[in-house]
Amino acid sequence: MLTRRTALMGAAVAALVAMAPMALADDLKLPRQHVDLVAPPFVHPHEQATKDGPKIVEFKLTVQEKEVVIDDAGTKMWAMTYNGSMPGPMMVLHEGDYMELTLVNPATNAMPHNIDLHAATGGLGGGALTKVDPGEQAVLRWKATRPGVFIYHCAPEGMIPWHVVSGMHGTVMVLPHVGLKDDAGKPLHYDRIYYVGENDLYVPKDENGKYKTYESIGESYADTTEVMRKLIPSHVVFEGRVGALTGKNAMTAKVGETVMIVHSEANRDSRPHLIGGHGDYVWETGKFNNPPERDLETWFIRGGSAGAALYTFREPGIYAYVNHNLIEAVELGATAHIKVDGKWNEDLMKQISPASPIPADRVGAADPAIVTR
Amino acid sequence: MLIALKLKALTLGAATVTPLLVMAFTPPVAPKAPEGALMLTSGAFGYRVAGDFSLDGKPTTNPLQRIKIPRALVVMKNQVTAAEYARCMADRACPRVALPAGSRDVPIVGVSWHDATAYAQWISKKTGLTHRLPTDEEWSYAAAERAGDETLPVVDPADPAKAWLARYEAEAARGQPQVTTPQPAGTFGENSKGLADVAGNVWEWTDSCFLRVSLDGGRERVTNTNCGVRVVEGAHRTYMTDFIRDPRTGGCAAGVPPSNLGFRLVIETKTRLAFGS
Repeated sequence: MLTRRTALMGAAVAALVAMAPMALADDLKLPRQHVDLVAPPFVHPHEQATKDGPKIVEFKLTVQEKEVVIDDAGTKMWAMTYNGSMPGPMMVLHEGDYMELTLVNPATNAMPHNIDLHAATGGLGGGALTKVDPGEQAVLRWKATRPGVFIYHCAPEGMIPWHVVSGMHGTVMVLPHVGLKDDAGKPLHYDRIYYVGENDLYVPKDENGKYKTYESIGESYADTTEVMRKLIPSHVVFEGRVGALTGKNAMTAKVGETVMIVHSEANRDSRPHLIGGHGDYVWETGKFNNPPERDLETWFIRGGSAGAALYTFREPGIYAYVNHNLIEAVELGATAHIKVDGKWNEDLMKQISPASPIPADRVGAADPAIVTR
Repeated sequence: MLIALKLKALTLGAATVTPLLVMAFTPPVAPKAPEGALMLTSGAFGYRVAGDFSLDGKPTTNPLQRIKIPRALVVMKNQVTAAEYARCMADRACPRVALPAGSRDVPIVGVSWHDATAYAQWISKKTGLTHRLPTDEEWSYAAAERAGDETLPVVDPADPAKAWLARYEAEAARGQPQVTTPQPAGTFGENSKGLADVAGNVWEWTDSCFLRVSLDGGRERVTNTNCGVRVVEGAHRTYMTDFIRDPRTGGCAAGVPPSNLGFRLVIETKTRLAFGS
């Protein structure tokens, strides 16, 4: 059946084929910058405010299909990833810049892939112009016109949700030229940035309740879809596995440092909360032309969006950064830790008396039997 | 008063003498030790006391004490297996838990202190020998060189974060077992006392309750006994609520939990057991 959409997409592909593949975008005559990407929770080096004019920023994403372990029990699933991590890396540029993105689908993969960038305008976010079969690559240029943090994800026809919950999503951050500002227009700056990408995963179980494994990614499709359709994830995790951001992998910060945490969920709602801390400035919907909200306890990340929170640590210790659906945090895996070094501030918190027996004269105070009338 | 004392002495004397006489005439047949039981001779050892200790109202390191296991300790070489627990389940004497899909010749895991205790009562009835969970002292003695002696830094109330961070680092640095699924008996080797798989990937319930102890004035005073939380032993010591079957961390709970919860039993006997065939 030829739908209007497939017809449009067919036309787009035909247009691409007609173009000489090596004719890269030098029509703009702008300075070029090449960026090497890093895996989450880290973000490649970048300026916050910039004096540079518009430029072309080159990124490359290589799709990797592979079997990954997603918890300490050794549960395996077939992942589809941009650059090998789930989520894929964060790509940072400034408002008015052009992103020139090379999407590579090595011949070793089994599946066609593409990329839909929520920050981009037109062409199904680029999805219509980037479909690559194994052994192909495509180059897309798009202009960053809206400042904020935005999801990108794979959107192949008919299989979009499967590709997304198999790991094919990430975030683009478009910073305002002048950098971030608070609700009163005062500049905001971060000393560190972390990108926490949340994944809802749907691993099928056998009749004994054990997680199943599959010889190939294709064989996992039918069962996985069946689990997905029930909408109850088997795992809800950060950076692709339970414990990816705890223990030896915990994030770090120092008292006095301002940390930006970008949180994305490409498919499902989430509600990040920093236990023992707050969101000093939070762009809950992730778009920097809106003033940030202040002093938040928990913020809401709509499925298919990214949000950003700025927090200056005031007290040392271990902070847990969780999805405050605590069942998902504790039972399904959506917990991260931040180790914060520095000097304890007794004004903010002090233990007046550690756990000790209840004094005898207080025991009866709440006992109705001894209340005299 | 004097008479009473004399009477007491007399009864005591009788009580100690009579059994000897009986024994002289009808030598009892020593019950046969079950297969896999090990007899450890009594002895003294350095024991890091379990619980939360405080001195002058401030947390302090758990004391290291020289303690004595006064009598020979009969302990099972292996942890209780899934096959053994399944038999108790089949007898409707043990709560139902998930059994492994494959071989059942692996330690039973995913069991609570209540499950373990129910099994001990069932196997005691079956064999006529009193089986029970070891105390933490007994476990540490039997575990010998495999008993951990981890003294986590104590919290300085003026800066609680320091100890907290140090504990986190220590816990994160612990080597976690490579495999978390239960393995056949012997996979993790034997210790110097012949026990198999001590401090492998299955942590073991003990019967010891969680204690809060004050060391004020140079004497030990238990200020709180919580038997809803028991001492769990393995590659590191931890304290677990008795109905927990699946240890895990997350949310506010930082640190690394045991991989699995299982158990091993000791046998209490009034007379000596006959070992060997």
